[in-house]
Amino acid sequence: MQLKDTSGNISVQSPSIPFQQIPALEQYYYDNKIVKAFAYATMLWALVGMLVGVLAAFQLAFPVLNFNYPYTTFGRIRPVHTNAVIFAFVGNGIFMGVYYSLQRLLKTRMFSDRLGWIHFWGWQGIIVTAAVTLLAGYTTGKEYAELEWPVDIAITLVWVIFGVNMFGTILKRRERHLYVAIWFYIGTWVTVAMLHIVNSFEMPVSFMKSYSWYAGVQDALVQWWYGHNAVAFFLTTPYLGLMYYFIPKAANRPVYSYRWSIIHFWALIFIYIWAGPHHLLYTALPDWAQSLGVAFSLMLILPSWGGMLNGLMTLRGAWDKVREEPVLKFFVVALTCYGMATFEGPMLSLKSVNAITHFTDWTVAHVHVGALGWNGFLTFGILYWLIPRIFQTPLYSKKMATNHFWIGTLGIVLYAVPMYWAGFSQALMWKEFTPEGTLKYQFLETVTSLVPMYALRGIGGLIYLVGAIMMVVNLVKTIKGGKLLANEAAQAPALPKAYVKTGKESWHSWIERRPVQMLVGSLIVVAIGGIIELVPTFLIKSNIPTIASVKPYTPLELEGRDLYIREGCYTCHSQMIRPFRDEVARYGEYSKAGEFVYDHPFQWGSKRTGPDLARIGGKYPDSWHYNHMLKPTLVSPGSIMPQYSWLLDNDLDTTLTAGKIRAMQTMGVPYEPGYHKIAVKELLTQAEKIKEGLAKEKIKTPARKEIIAMIAYLQRMGKDIKGEKAASTAANTP
Amino acid sequence: MSVLIILLIVSIIVAGGFLLAFLWSLKDGQMDDDFSPSIRILFDEKKQDKSTI
Repeated sequence: MQLKDTSGNISVQSPSIPFQQIPALEQYYYDNKIVKAFAYATMLWALVGMLVGVLAAFQLAFPVLNFNYPYTTFGRIRPVHTNAVIFAFVGNGIFMGVYYSLQRLLKTRMFSDRLGWIHFWGWQGIIVTAAVTLLAGYTTGKEYAELEWPVDIAITLVWVIFGVNMFGTILKRRERHLYVAIWFYIGTWVTVAMLHIVNSFEMPVSFMKSYSWYAGVQDALVQWWYGHNAVAFFLTTPYLGLMYYFIPKAANRPVYSYRWSIIHFWALIFIYIWAGPHHLLYTALPDWAQSLGVAFSLMLILPSWGGMLNGLMTLRGAWDKVREEPVLKFFVVALTCYGMATFEGPMLSLKSVNAITHFTDWTVAHVHVGALGWNGFLTFGILYWLIPRIFQTPLYSKKMATNHFWIGTLGIVLYAVPMYWAGFSQALMWKEFTPEGTLKYQFLETVTSLVPMYALRGIGGLIYLVGAIMMVVNLVKTIKGGKLLANEAAQAPALPKAYVKTGKESWHSWIERRPVQMLVGSLIVVAIGGIIELVPTFLIKSNIPTIASVKPYTPLELEGRDLYIREGCYTCHSQMIRPFRDEVARYGEYSKAGEFVYDHPFQWGSKRTGPDLARIGGKYPDSWHYNHMLKPTLVSPGSIMPQYSWLLDNDLDTTLTAGKIRAMQTMGVPYEPGYHKIAVKELLTQAEKIKEGLAKEKIKTPARKEIIAMIAYLQRMGKDIKGEKAASTAANTP
Repeated sequence: MSVLIILLIVSIIVAGGFLLAFLWSLKDGQMDDDFSPSIRILFDEKKQDKSTI
């Protein structure tokens, strides 16, 4: 629509529309009921997710809190925490904000009430299933993508339903201009769909067991391409959209610069998806990919800070309101934390900084400044603003909300400072050598010195949770004092059709005028086609081992590896020795890409709460591992590792062993044809050997126990490459 | 490292999609007015905010 009239003056209405053709006002109603539902879910999952987080935090300080019970042990609790706060709390927060703002920005009700409710209940169902299955030990072993394949499919379906509902609303809008927030929502939807599908390529073995299609380095790259963009497109872009709607609304001021916000969106969206490799610095990933990731990560500071400043400057001249209004207080700290996290992110992407911070609690601090500050506080602010509006009543207690703000802020500080401290001091201890050239600290010493920090961090988290409980109490009282305005009346003229139909039209000219459908349609078509065609060929071919001595896992080791995945060992142990003097001195030769070609999924980990395990094989006798799993403090006093005594009691389940071997064969792991038929027999032979070995060390155990498989796997890790060395030395000796 | 190719293809598809969306938004006039949308969003509620509007 032309906005300039003949004299060049800007006019709001197109002068070409005669007066009598101006469309009549249409009456419609905003759906607040669905917003209410998502708001309740946001509050519920906030409390659940944070409570689990507090438990996980204190487990690191006081291992007794693992209760020596599989379902309450850190390795399973931690994925429940991360999934709950990201996909349940923040996820519902996104949907709450989108369903509220999209209707108002587009001057229309949502496309379909029914789709909205399917979306709502579908998402809650996924959350409950996720919690139950993760606690039960069903996991793919890939961080932030732990859910097994049936759940992955359910997520895809619900996400598509959300997309249909959102794009449907955009199409029936009464406002031609798409406000910048909507662009952020669109970017979120498209990218999350793509990431989730590509990263969730799995080979099902049974109903609740699958292996990642990708192996080793390839799996790592896909995982962190996904992992980084989960932060970018689930925790950041949708929240920026919410920020651009709710901060101006709460301050009753237009955003500082609308032009800037548009530049912010396009710059951010084009830069963000290339930054993933910064999670894999100094690993076996090709150097150019690492450098590409670093370069884009550095660039990210510009759009990120642009957005942060744009949000803060929106409050120019309104700082008196910030003094009185807790909603704005939350928003200011949310933006400040966003600014800190997005300054820190590019800095942590520098290889020299990353060499120190990676695998330490620094990363944990970094993430939580963003999560507690940016996501948490923005959500709290939106809830405090939105609930009184849809329930047509003032907030029950402004004072309580202000107290929540201060308590929450204190919680963030008490969380972050000890973690920064822990991360930095541990990294320095890891790297310290004595004048004689030996490592100064045992790994265990670097852990026990952190225990007070872990306790403090737990207290910080607990304080933050107390604040969230106060909010829920405050909002419940507000809700009780008000009445939901389920259908909010509004009026607007219909959108004038800019396009005038002339003569016959083909389907193609129809789609040409509908860029959104065309975008979505073509993306889906191209992506599905491309992926289905490329993935199997590329991946199977590339699984040809590059190190001759690296062999597939034996059936027993494979079962042990699956136990390693089930118990979430990767949440505390890495399997990636970086090429640094201290790491080589502590763990052995640095890790090579060719060592991981049969690792479906990779288990490199991202945090060393415990030591690296890439070359644990052969380091200790079997009996050491047996006792260590029974009670870690028996063999390493002061250890904060949980007990895994049930591995000693549980019988090893071999019903899936043959299927697992076949699945591996399908993905190109070179087991002999027909090997799956003798897999269980081979497994038992190896188990008997380990049993006999243990008997010599005065440990009596049946062979068919989970501990035997676990020992087999641990004793195998990192050994193949030593075989290569021995072989080549032997060959070179005359 | 053949998976890099897949990721590059997928990333380029996404980026290309966004590029198309960007070009569409330019052509559609989404960016012609970079002032009034920011004001407009403040005025969509009639019943509430009586004190401020």
